[in-house]
Amino acid sequence: MLSVREAWNASRRAPLLSALGVITIAFSLFAFGLFALVAVNIRHALRTVEERVEVRAFVADGTPADAVATAMADISAFPEVARVDFVSQEGALDRARKDMGEFSDVFEEAMLPASMDIHLRPGLRDPGRVRSVADRVRSYQFVDDIRYGEEWVEKLYHLRTIAAGTGLGLGIAFAAVAIIIIGATIRVSVLARAREIAIMRLVGATDGFIRAPFLIDGFVKGIIGGLLALLLTWVAYRTVDLKFFKLVFFDPRFVVIGILCGALIGVLGSATSVWSHLRRI
Amino acid sequence: MIRLHDVAKEYTHSRVALSHVTFQVKRGEFVFLIGPSGSGKTTILKLLYMEEKPTHGDVWVSGVNASTARRKEISQLRRKLGIVFQDFRLLEDRTAEQNVAFALEVTGVSKSEIPDRVTRVLTQVGLAAKASQLPRQLSGGEQQRVAIARALVNDPHFLLADEPTGNLDERATRGVIQLLREINAAGTSVIMATHDLEIVRKADEARTIELNHGRVVFDSADAPPPETRYTPLVGQPAIGGPNEGNWPAPPSEAK
Repeated sequence: MLSVREAWNASRRAPLLSALGVITIAFSLFAFGLFALVAVNIRHALRTVEERVEVRAFVADGTPADAVATAMADISAFPEVARVDFVSQEGALDRARKDMGEFSDVFEEAMLPASMDIHLRPGLRDPGRVRSVADRVRSYQFVDDIRYGEEWVEKLYHLRTIAAGTGLGLGIAFAAVAIIIIGATIRVSVLARAREIAIMRLVGATDGFIRAPFLIDGFVKGIIGGLLALLLTWVAYRTVDLKFFKLVFFDPRFVVIGILCGALIGVLGSATSVWSHLRRI
Repeated sequence: MIRLHDVAKEYTHSRVALSHVTFQVKRGEFVFLIGPSGSGKTTILKLLYMEEKPTHGDVWVSGVNASTARRKEISQLRRKLGIVFQDFRLLEDRTAEQNVAFALEVTGVSKSEIPDRVTRVLTQVGLAAKASQLPRQLSGGEQQRVAIARALVNDPHFLLADEPTGNLDERATRGVIQLLREINAAGTSVIMATHDLEIVRKADEARTIELNHGRVVFDSADAPPPETRYTPLVGQPAIGGPNEGNWPAPPSEAK
């Protein structure tokens, strides 16, 4: 209780320094938040494209319907497979006409073969798995041909790997910069109270006792900074979403984790600053 | 009980603050540590409240060994010591009573106990009427009394004072010395570092330990032969001789 009071009194005595601390934390986390927003949207866009990854197996003319149905049941049981759709010759024609727009009349009836469209589960759409599914499906005798855009899948997967790697690297860099800036801000508030800390030590306060108000201070500043950063990121998101292009925002779990990260950074920044200060006195 | 045995303190190889220092202080004693600037008075006090560790030798204070004490033990020890400085070291944004209460709050004394203890100790130092004043509203002598009150409020075994009258005028100095003597008469040992020989001369019954170049050159408890009290440059005893107070410069300043 005394630690909470001390933390509050310290903030009250130096309101400008406290505000500066909160704003620094907020902007560091805002920079991180903006980056995370971009990363989340790239990931979302890639996932949307990825959903179109499918293996299309063309069925030979005259194949009995029950043979196709049995094969589809088998294929549905593959661990990688989410769903198998049968597209009849008519269905293929409709789809082609829809895709071709004004050239739709170039197709004649029954010109296109029927197919089994195999959709894969999210996370199991890498080139190796797609090829393996395609190979297994090809083993059915009535399958004439199989298409899965081998090159396209490989490129997409490559792009995803680059995006994930860059995202992770930049994310760590942004987080590290945020931690360093926040640590420096808290260090300033520790130095501003150096005299008080020295007197506390002289009259017999333990390190734990001296540290506690700073940890509380760091925690509270981290939470407030995190909330401010969230607000700024949301405003940025809304602006782009309304005026430029559609975006997705973080899901609530990510928001809670982000704010808790702010608090954690505040506490860690405080702990290291006070710890290094106490080592010297 | 305080015991220093063959203590040396070196900050760097070229800067030796103390060497071969040995003495003991019993409960209830009043000891003056005297010597010129840089003679090692402050270093001895720092060793006693364990801000520094000896490079060599043993420093024992109330059963705690400075060389092996852990930080928590040092915190516990400091609750049995009162420490007073020349520059008072008060918190400028807190009143006299808040400064004194601070020493109790940070050591976990129960809240209900604090007001009575603060009032008692402020009365003891003659500042009960100025309890709600900020340090800047008090004179130097009064600020030092607040610092002494803060040092006393935990009922220390030893009061360590580093040049407590260094910033005070003569009248305030007399008042602070009188206060320290009263505190000593009540049973607390007082170890006071000073370079003001006038103060020492007026306190005949107090023990005096004289330092020069980091060595004990005189301890009135040992009643040494007079020649050991002669300082190397002026060749006269520092206390009671014609060159009283005329200490040689420390090695770095000596030409």
